[in-house]
Amino acid sequence: MKKELPEHFKAYRHVWVFIEYERGNIHPVSLELLGEGRKLADKLDVELAGVVIGAEAEALHEAALSCFEYGADLVYRVADPILAHYRNEPFTKAMTDLVNTYKPEVLLLGATTLGRDLAGSVATTLLTGLTADCTALAIDDERSLAATRPTFGGSLMCTIHTLNFRPQMATVRPRVMPMPERQAGRIGRIADHSLSMAEEDIVTKVLRFVPDRDSDKAQLAYADIVVAGGLGLRTPENLRLVKELAEVLGGDYGGSRPLVQKGWIEADRQIGQTGKTIRPKLYIAAGISGAVQHRVGVEGADLILAINTDANAPIFDFAHLGIVADAVSLLPALTEAFRQRLSINRAAS
Amino acid sequence: MHVVVCIKQVPDSAQIRVHPVTNTIMRQGVPTIINPFDLFSLEEALRLKDQFGAKVTVLTMGPKMADQALRKALTFGADEAILLTDRAFAGSDTLATSLAISSAIAKIGEKEPIDIVFCGKQTIDGDTAQVGPGIATRLGLQQLTYVSKIVSIDRDAKEIVVHRRAEGGVQVLKTSLPCLITMLEDTNHIRFGTMADAFRAARYQITEWSATDAGVPDIGQCGLRGSPTVVKKVFAPSARTDKAVPITGETPKAISDSLVETVFSAHPGLQ
Ligand SMILES: Cc1cc2nc3c(=O)[nH]c(=O)nc-3n(C[C@H](O)[C@H](O)[C@H](O)COP(=O)(O)OP(=O)(O)OC[C@H]3O[C@@H](n4cnc5c(N)ncnc54)[C@H](O)[C@@H]3O)c2cc1C
Ligand SMILES: Cc1cc2nc3c(=O)[nH]c(=O)nc-3n(C[C@H](O)[C@H](O)[C@H](O)COP(=O)(O)OP(=O)(O)OC[C@H]3O[C@@H](n4cnc5c(N)ncnc54)[C@H](O)[C@@H]3O)c2cc1C
Repeated sequence: MKKELPEHFKAYRHVWVFIEYERGNIHPVSLELLGEGRKLADKLDVELAGVVIGAEAEALHEAALSCFEYGADLVYRVADPILAHYRNEPFTKAMTDLVNTYKPEVLLLGATTLGRDLAGSVATTLLTGLTADCTALAIDDERSLAATRPTFGGSLMCTIHTLNFRPQMATVRPRVMPMPERQAGRIGRIADHSLSMAEEDIVTKVLRFVPDRDSDKAQLAYADIVVAGGLGLRTPENLRLVKELAEVLGGDYGGSRPLVQKGWIEADRQIGQTGKTIRPKLYIAAGISGAVQHRVGVEGADLILAINTDANAPIFDFAHLGIVADAVSLLPALTEAFRQRLSINRAAS
Repeated sequence: MHVVVCIKQVPDSAQIRVHPVTNTIMRQGVPTIINPFDLFSLEEALRLKDQFGAKVTVLTMGPKMADQALRKALTFGADEAILLTDRAFAGSDTLATSLAISSAIAKIGEKEPIDIVFCGKQTIDGDTAQVGPGIATRLGLQQLTYVSKIVSIDRDAKEIVVHRRAEGGVQVLKTSLPCLITMLEDTNHIRFGTMADAFRAARYQITEWSATDAGVPDIGQCGLRGSPTVVKKVFAPSARTDKAVPITGETPKAISDSLVETVFSAHPGLQ
């Protein structure tokens, strides 16, 4: 399998992270990737660069400063009014032009709707390998990126290399890499690159962007405490018990996929393989069986508590704490116990 | 109007196991189905048939037995089916897969121009969500992924408006046909086909294309040889061996108090 890396690829150096920057915010997965990218770059003894693409040079400058504080040595900036909203065509052009000009050996993107849409086009344009939705990255003894990912809904792991092509590309799941420490005041260089495209060249137009109504919707993936319900709750009304506990704990709530299919909760509250991956400090699952597709979305939690009537439910195989009980009668008591404990703490402080 | 729907035959369960000794995938005995995500795209295509009289061609790349998936799609109401099958395709990663499929689509389009290519959002086995963008890029089609709704199609102007799920909201996009769409899951329900569809499907002669038939420009870019990614290791995820610590008590209140105590003593940071 292993062949010598073709000569023209040998000049490819450095690790790049595509920075997902929209509406004034950097997506947290991009910062997580800077943390991971820093480790890879150090191992390879090369530089770590962020790529920021957007409409306004000033705003992107701010984004670049954040990149430096999270570990980047260098930021490639492509600023053009055309790039105000994400669109596949101009972003693919910006990204592939940068790669062809500056030749990175590793290119990482977040496995978000944006990252996966973009990565597939960039890799195909460059005719290089792309490993999807990774959960672990490493550099092997031959400077090759070893990208590990779950497949078959999490029942199988595999490690994939792109041996004879550059860059080696991977998308990485949000919330699987830890958020790096911010190093306030750390600085780096900015390199500007222009987009050689005009609005008339771009076929797709963004007519509108409709933000999710509920602003905390997008927070689920980043909540410190998450309470979720499953079919074991039996009726949509009982979801209230889950929401109340989440509220007392100052966390957010979600559910298993059947709850979305039944219309009990909105689609972006689904937790699992085809929903959100969460990485809270505490995860409480009430009436959830713990199917592998659910498991892969919650395994990163520091502490998992499961409430289920069935002592043999698979969720008890990966939960840390388990209560065999009827969730509908237990949840109110649990909410009350947490409420009391937390109010005592608050009074004491 | 002519639409092509790419479907993939996959094992009927995401719970594939790894052989503990050989570390190979154990697929034996697992029945196969159409990738569930592809059904949302197929249904959307069939709605265009209802609405505009669109012709629906289904296409799959796979071994001979993948004709079952095509036949199933015909029972739902698809009009034509093409099986792309060739040893040269074995071991394709997404780059090589998109080459084979896009060549076939180009070939199909020569006979009857295509307005929309549909793919699923992702599969339940390989699970990369890369083949759709790969096909769009190779064919130079406008790419609309994670579509939650087709709002309107203007056949004269050759324009389409869709809702696309983005980070933190929904993009309303307008673009030109031809384009490639991947539908989001749970956006519709696949219909039951009619008896007439079932009879037609049973008798239908599925067209089989080799790499050459599909007009793949360079066989060397197909299959394992044409795949830049190399799977180096396959393994089962490390199972946690310790089971959950049970929290017990006489009453819900007793259990809850005990739990709160355990949680906060183990993780004081949570307070
Ligand atoms: C391709 C694919 C992708 C998928 N993606 C996801 C995903 O992203 N997320 C996801 O969650 N699922 C996903 N699934 C579905 C998954 O396989 C399971 O079907 C689903 O997670 C089960 O949901 P559940 O645990 O709520 O329901 P069930 O499996 O029906 O479990 C209900 C549980 O509640 C318990 N129970 C019953 N009554 C009570 C009570 N009174 N108190 C306490 N417990 C009680 C039961 O013992 C049982 O364990 C996916 C499936 C496929 C095929
Ligand atoms: C364990 C494992 C891990 C893998 N990881 C990677 C990886 O990280 N990167 C990589 O490049 N390859 C990878 N592959 C190879 C990849 O699974 C194959 O290339 C496969 O043919 C297509 O990818 P997919 O199943 O992920 O499809 P996706 O890209 O998820 O499929 C999206 C849509 O494309 C269409 N489509 C996909 N395949 C076909 C087909 N054969 N016929 C018709 N339509 C189709 C369907 O509409 C489908 O819904 C992996 C394979 C395995 C077994």
